[in-house]
Amino acid sequence: MRFTGALPNAAIFVALVAVAVVADRSGNPYIVTLATKVAIFGLAGVGLNLALGYGGLVSFGHAAFFGLGGYVTAILASHAASATPVATVPFTMMGTNEMLAIWPVALLVSGLAALVIGALSLRTTGVYFIMVTLAFAQMLYYFAVSWPAYGGEDGLSFYVRNSFPGANIFAPLQFFAICAAALGVTMILVALLTQSRFGLALRAAKQNEARVIASGVRPFALRLTAFVLSGMVAGLAGALFADLNRFVSPAMLSWHMSGEIMVFVILGGVGRLAGPIAGAAVFIALEYLLGPVSDHWQALLGLLLILIVLFAPGGLMGLALRGRHG
Amino acid sequence: MSALLELEQVTAAYGPVQALFGIDLSLAEGEVLALMGRNGMGKTTTVRTIMRMLPLNGGALRFGGRDIARLPPHRAARLGLGLVPEGRRCFQPLTVAENLAVAARPGDWTEARILDLFPRLGERMGQTARTLSGGEQQMLAIARALLTNPRLLILDEATEGLAPVVRAEIWAAIRALKGQGISILVIDKSLKELRAVADRAEIVERGRTVWSDRMARLDDDTAHRYLGV
Repeated sequence: MRFTGALPNAAIFVALVAVAVVADRSGNPYIVTLATKVAIFGLAGVGLNLALGYGGLVSFGHAAFFGLGGYVTAILASHAASATPVATVPFTMMGTNEMLAIWPVALLVSGLAALVIGALSLRTTGVYFIMVTLAFAQMLYYFAVSWPAYGGEDGLSFYVRNSFPGANIFAPLQFFAICAAALGVTMILVALLTQSRFGLALRAAKQNEARVIASGVRPFALRLTAFVLSGMVAGLAGALFADLNRFVSPAMLSWHMSGEIMVFVILGGVGRLAGPIAGAAVFIALEYLLGPVSDHWQALLGLLLILIVLFAPGGLMGLALRGRHG
Repeated sequence: MSALLELEQVTAAYGPVQALFGIDLSLAEGEVLALMGRNGMGKTTTVRTIMRMLPLNGGALRFGGRDIARLPPHRAARLGLGLVPEGRRCFQPLTVAENLAVAARPGDWTEARILDLFPRLGERMGQTARTLSGGEQQMLAIARALLTNPRLLILDEATEGLAPVVRAEIWAAIRALKGQGISILVIDKSLKELRAVADRAEIVERGRTVWSDRMARLDDDTAHRYLGV
């Protein structure tokens, strides 16, 4: 990713916004909701891409952070609705239905979880890293399943979408705008981060760890920072996803979700800034177009994924840009 | 001159296989020391041990008077050990400018000074390292190590596999660095070039230091006996 390659990234983002606006103007709120899903899943993918694409950390447990962001939102919102405190020890913490109050908590919780999971997982590499991240996410999944206070296996609903200052969050396009803004700001921050010395060292460590160490840089600290930031972005995406559906369930924490986020990244292009948005868009479009035709639409997705991995390792963006860097 | 780098009876092993059996080495501030020996005798292993990439089994390792035998490798590097490793030399997916930026630490060596030494890199700043020629990649590797502002530059086979004209360019740069008073530990196969640039030489054989003296005192018999030339 280079600034000379900013145009394709911006183009994908603008295309997503255009689809939502045109759909809204032509009276297709369902398409706006699909575009919102693309923005949210794209955001989760941008988060994973920070660890996977730039850091070479194949995390199979990002559903943990996505789900935690979602559960934070649902728990705070449901307590706000019932006017009961979330916690009374060590201090009384009330629920809230303000997105701007919920997001920092979601970021903090998913970031702390990523810190703990990352600090332990990053002691391993390769297939062990994949398995350890998966194991942590599954632990949280089973915890959520067996936690009746917040719905257990049935999940947790909150009936009113959380509010955002100055926005009518029930209007699909306005909620889309909030999600798209979160995605756009995150993309800019990730672009700046990957161009910074930190980002360069992260990419360098992915290529040759020993050489980075010989330059006086400790890859563990770099990777842990990237993993935490990556988890926080996934957590924010989870918070938005909870608000989109006004519902969370343990499925958000399951390995299927981790796999889907990884599919967005690989389909769109590993290490390409807007790749996960393209990947999520194709995923959602296939689901929308083929889902009603056959329950087995994911078989086609699998085929597409195999073709991409075999013949276009740069993903859809790499295919579109051929030889250029996006 | 005080010793900048000192190894005393250093032993090291790759797992169960012992590779170093007793390396003695002393390099003074501002000195150029050639570490010589036939292939597989322990030169690169010695460098890896100095860089703390291979644990010491025994002996003493000091840099700038400080015991660094137990330091993690990134901390040892930060004390001022700048390595130009053998083999593939750069971060291939990064541009020249990014390769330089990734390791840079504040000090006398700045990008401008680097480009004075290797003007060719200035013309390639926006290119990815993988598109550079072998010689340019080697210049970039040396430049990257210099930008960490090391107290000691370690060049492990810096001219290996390069065309003669490019080798000459690299040697000219190494002589220029010596002229600027930089301490260098150099490993290379060209005895002729090493004779021209090194103040002192140490020869290792089967993981032991077997000869150590001023380069001028390395006679043909000794060179033939230990280096096969």
